[in-house]
Amino acid sequence: MLVKRDLKPLAHIYLIEIIKGLAITMKNMLFARNVTIQYPEERRNYSERFRGMHYIKATNGVENCTACMLCPTVCPAECIHIEAGERPDKEKYPVKFEIDVLRCCFCGMCEEACPKDAIKLSTIYEMSQSKRTVFSKDYLLEQRGHK
Amino acid sequence: MDQIELIAMSAKIALVVVFLLQVVPIMVWVERRGSAWMQNRTGPNRVGPLGLLISLCDALKFFTKEDRTPGHVNKFYYTLAPIVAVAPSFITFAVIPFASSINIDGHVIQFQIANLNVGLLYILSVTSISVYGIIMAGWSSNNKYAMFGSLRSTAQMISYELSMGLSIVGIVMVFSSIELGQIATAQGATLLQLGPIAIPKWGVFVQPLGFLIFLTASFAETNRLPFDLPEGESEIVAGYHLEYGSMRMALFFMAEYINMTVASAFIATLYFGGWQLLPGMTFILNHLGLEGMGFEWARVAFELASFSLKMVFFLWFFVWVRWTIPRFRYDQLMDLGWKVMLPLALVNLFVTGFMIYSGVI
Amino acid sequence: MAINPIAFFVFGGAALAFSMMVVLKKNPVASAFSLVMVFFCFAGIYASMNAHLIAILQILVYAGAIMVLFIFVIMLLNADEPTFDLRRTSNVVKAGAVAFGLAFVVMLAIVFKKSNIIPLNAGFSSEEVIKLGGNSKVLSQLMFSKYILPFELTSVLLLAAIVGAVAMAKRKTGKSS
Repeated sequence: MLVKRDLKPLAHIYLIEIIKGLAITMKNMLFARNVTIQYPEERRNYSERFRGMHYIKATNGVENCTACMLCPTVCPAECIHIEAGERPDKEKYPVKFEIDVLRCCFCGMCEEACPKDAIKLSTIYEMSQSKRTVFSKDYLLEQRGHK
Repeated sequence: MDQIELIAMSAKIALVVVFLLQVVPIMVWVERRGSAWMQNRTGPNRVGPLGLLISLCDALKFFTKEDRTPGHVNKFYYTLAPIVAVAPSFITFAVIPFASSINIDGHVIQFQIANLNVGLLYILSVTSISVYGIIMAGWSSNNKYAMFGSLRSTAQMISYELSMGLSIVGIVMVFSSIELGQIATAQGATLLQLGPIAIPKWGVFVQPLGFLIFLTASFAETNRLPFDLPEGESEIVAGYHLEYGSMRMALFFMAEYINMTVASAFIATLYFGGWQLLPGMTFILNHLGLEGMGFEWARVAFELASFSLKMVFFLWFFVWVRWTIPRFRYDQLMDLGWKVMLPLALVNLFVTGFMIYSGVI
Repeated sequence: MAINPIAFFVFGGAALAFSMMVVLKKNPVASAFSLVMVFFCFAGIYASMNAHLIAILQILVYAGAIMVLFIFVIMLLNADEPTFDLRRTSNVVKAGAVAFGLAFVVMLAIVFKKSNIIPLNAGFSSEEVIKLGGNSKVLSQLMFSKYILPFELTSVLLLAAIVGAVAMAKRKTGKSS
């Protein structure tokens, strides 16, 4: 589609406009601040509420989770798998607690649903692995990050 | 040809070839760093100091990649095309003078590989045959996108060659020579004396319009942005080098950068006095207190430096423009070439002729 | 204007070989590329005769401009099918063609031998040309003074050809539409 543009008389020659443009790029090159973050050495500071890698909070070496199944119920991606069991002191606990991170959409609803403040999302965002990423209970229990 | 001249000739050829080969990796680095800085980024800074060795890694990658020939190509011309593309770029530099001559024991050594008396025409003809590499690549690839790319490139080069040639005619008229050495020498004369400041008779001052036309045309001839129509990722995949990989692809890449270097050298020679000293350099040279051969060598060094500085500026200008101006649409490109550049070049010719006739220049 | 015999035989031989390829290659684009090489060999011969200007013009005009347009046309018309196949023609025609070619060469040799127009000592020697300021200067001066009329007539001829081509192209589109 042809669009008629109203240009100033000299703008048709483009020469002045080109010189202006060149001045802008040169100004950017010489005076503008560099926005690149040198990643492995510098890290971006994310907000406290950033939803990164999951972890299970523990108190006195015992996980807070009581296998109430609220988080797998609320999870929209259905990535949490819990198998419940009983401790000798008649308390419910998760025998198996797996999160399939490839399915997880990091919505944080599990964290909201949890009545025991057990499953939490840390600010860690480097989760790349060479294998299919299913986080086991032991892995999740290693206290990563804090809130 | 005796011993001294033979040594001088070999030295000159070696200098030019090494220089042209080295320009490619350095310009790739400049392009990447320069574009990054203009866009408030950092660019490659990991390998070597300032990231300078990144081009070495690039070269290594190109060398070690699998050199694969697709099954549907015309093998002979497919292999020949990158060579045909890169060879003219190298031989163009042969006639460009990069310093004035020096007298060693009665041997006049010119800083120019071949002093042809048709230097300007030589460069024009070599640039016109550099089209063949691209045609050959597009045709032998047996791929419609490659073909489109080569057709676009050829049409573009032919269209802009006309205005390029006509703008050069202005220079030929003013300096009444087609020998590049003589043109460079003639630009040492003074055009205007404004008190203590002498404006030299550089091409850009006597042919400002011609310079603009030539500059634009040389962007189109080297297929650089804003005229990089032969390679359009969004339209024709990659253009004429679509079917090429590894070192053959790199040869096309090299041809582009060497063409840029030659174009910059050509602009510097025709419009910015070639090896004529930059303002201020004459003063420094005269106050160094050198005499005899020492003075001569210092003069040659200064001239080399001036020429290189001018050339480097225009090389940088190519990069600068690339990251400033968006690309043209194809019909806009053709309109600019035929309806704007060509009439302007003709007007320039008439004005120059009139000025020479009336004795202004 | 003496030519180095080595240069002559190298460039002349190459020119002959490439001209054979122009005729024998089946692919029209390939023969066009061979024709470009023939022009380069001619340019080499001119250059070794110190006629640098002619050599450069040969490359600039023929190889650089005319052949590019030629290849353009061949590519766009997609003229891949040969209209003339050497293997299918009868032996009589082949023999006739060879005989005619030989006769033509012999005739040319006789004409050149008999005539006295071979310009060995006519015109300028290379020393004189250099004294007058180089090939291009001498040639341009001659072209724009002594031979100005033929020069202008040639350009008028070319102009007539262009006008004719445009007129023919226009009539063709007028009929089809």
